[in-house]
Amino acid sequence: MKKIATGNKAVAEAVKQAKPEVVAVYPITPQTEIVETIADYVTSGQLASRFIPVESEHSAMAACIGASITGVRTFTATSSHGLLYMHEMTNWAAGARLPIVMANVNRAIGPGWNIWAEHTDALQERDTGWLQVYVATVQEAYDATLMAFRIAEHNDVLLPVMINLDGFSLSHNMQPLDTVEPGDFIPPCHLPHAIDPKNPTSYGGLTGPNDHFRFRWDIERSMRDSVKVIEETQKEFAKRFGRSYGFTENYRCDDADVILIAMGTFGKEAEVAIDLLRKEGINAGSMRIRWFRPFPKLDLAGKEVVVIDRDYSFGSGGILAQEIVAQTKRDVYSVIAGLGGQEVTYDDLADFVRKRRIGEEFWFGVTGNV
Amino acid sequence: MFEIRIHSRGGQGGVTAARLIAMAALHDGKYATACPFYGAERRGAPVVSFVRIDDHPIKVYSQIRNPDLVLVLDESVMSVVDVLNGLKKGGRVLINSAHKHEFAGFTTSNVDLTGIALRDHLVVAGSPVLDTTVLGALAKMGICSVDSVKKAIREMFSDEMNVNAEEDAYREISL
Repeated sequence: MKKIATGNKAVAEAVKQAKPEVVAVYPITPQTEIVETIADYVTSGQLASRFIPVESEHSAMAACIGASITGVRTFTATSSHGLLYMHEMTNWAAGARLPIVMANVNRAIGPGWNIWAEHTDALQERDTGWLQVYVATVQEAYDATLMAFRIAEHNDVLLPVMINLDGFSLSHNMQPLDTVEPGDFIPPCHLPHAIDPKNPTSYGGLTGPNDHFRFRWDIERSMRDSVKVIEETQKEFAKRFGRSYGFTENYRCDDADVILIAMGTFGKEAEVAIDLLRKEGINAGSMRIRWFRPFPKLDLAGKEVVVIDRDYSFGSGGILAQEIVAQTKRDVYSVIAGLGGQEVTYDDLADFVRKRRIGEEFWFGVTGNV
Repeated sequence: MFEIRIHSRGGQGGVTAARLIAMAALHDGKYATACPFYGAERRGAPVVSFVRIDDHPIKVYSQIRNPDLVLVLDESVMSVVDVLNGLKKGGRVLINSAHKHEFAGFTTSNVDLTGIALRDHLVVAGSPVLDTTVLGALAKMGICSVDSVKKAIREMFSDEMNVNAEEDAYREISL
């Protein structure tokens, strides 16, 4: 059924249909609408979850971990400082191989205090062992949330999944949403190492120097195996519901000489910039990175690359640009734009391509080259 | 693409109006997005919302700079905000006012939405409800169909009072 919904409502709707047994959350702007909506589903009887209103995000993730280890489906949502407050526990969730699903509404980190979109919050979680997907429309927020449960709980993966949506520009954007009946698209959760009172086991025990690396490798092995699971899940989703997704969303890339790469809503607005550039005779295409972990194999042979980073690693560079440079062994034009909700239009995006200086870094809005 | 910028004050229903317009456009078989610009809102502060309507999926997220239509739900914001900023040449302005505002180069319509809301007893927490009445004005302008506007209002509000107010606004607005 088609309706108008915000990105936050779309996530909550998908969660309702995925029926997690436990939802443990703490509100934080701009994610609060997800918490409120799920709380409303639970109190009105539309969702039979145990809703745990915890006192902090650290506790939210800890409660999800405790619930998940019993083998039940779990969900939480957060943003910015909330995500960073969870950090110890996000590592634990991945290390304990728990398929927790979390929506993170991307928001800048203070100080200075800021509630608007930026990706640095989620990218500070990139080495935790969580799968990360970045969405760009209300429909995609819904679709990706449904798929996240199936991917996380797949026994070849058993890693937590984070769905990322841009604060306000997507979380509060009202767009058409077509909901589906997921049916058996998300099979029942089966955690092979769930607590079983008939077979007592210890959890979180000491792993010595002869064992620890094996557990680390096991996370990486599953992360690599998740590529196939993501592909299969997206294919099955397209077959059942008619909407297809890839690791990246490519727009007019095939015959392009220069590719504009971004994540989130900039990656969608980039398509408008590409149409502008094409009219000017510039053979440009855009690539929206959807899955950041596992990071996709990119085919950029023979093309110039402009990367938009809505994030930064101080003393090094744009985080997405680093990933692309490391993988493709090439120089890019690295643009830092949109931090803390900085307004960036499709004209600006087109301008980044027009004025590209491969090998250099440019901070949008900062005078001159830095 | 048809772009609308709504100027109001926090609590007057500017965001709800944006949502209702998007819902009505969807019923008309079009694509629509609606987004408020979020700042440090508080009741009474000037706020801006955006609506885009198109025959194709909308890929633009940045703020509307050159609207086709500007809606002013509270005429007092005009003393602190340049509501005409970026309005397309020959664009349209709709002002909720009992007075007659005119702007050279633009088609200006004045309609007393506040008066209609008060008369129809559409008052919540002491404030007149403007978001449904404004839909009547939009229907009259042909931006959304009358049927879709009513459908959107009925989806959001369970009573018929809002539909009546929308009908009054449709009747009383002079374009």
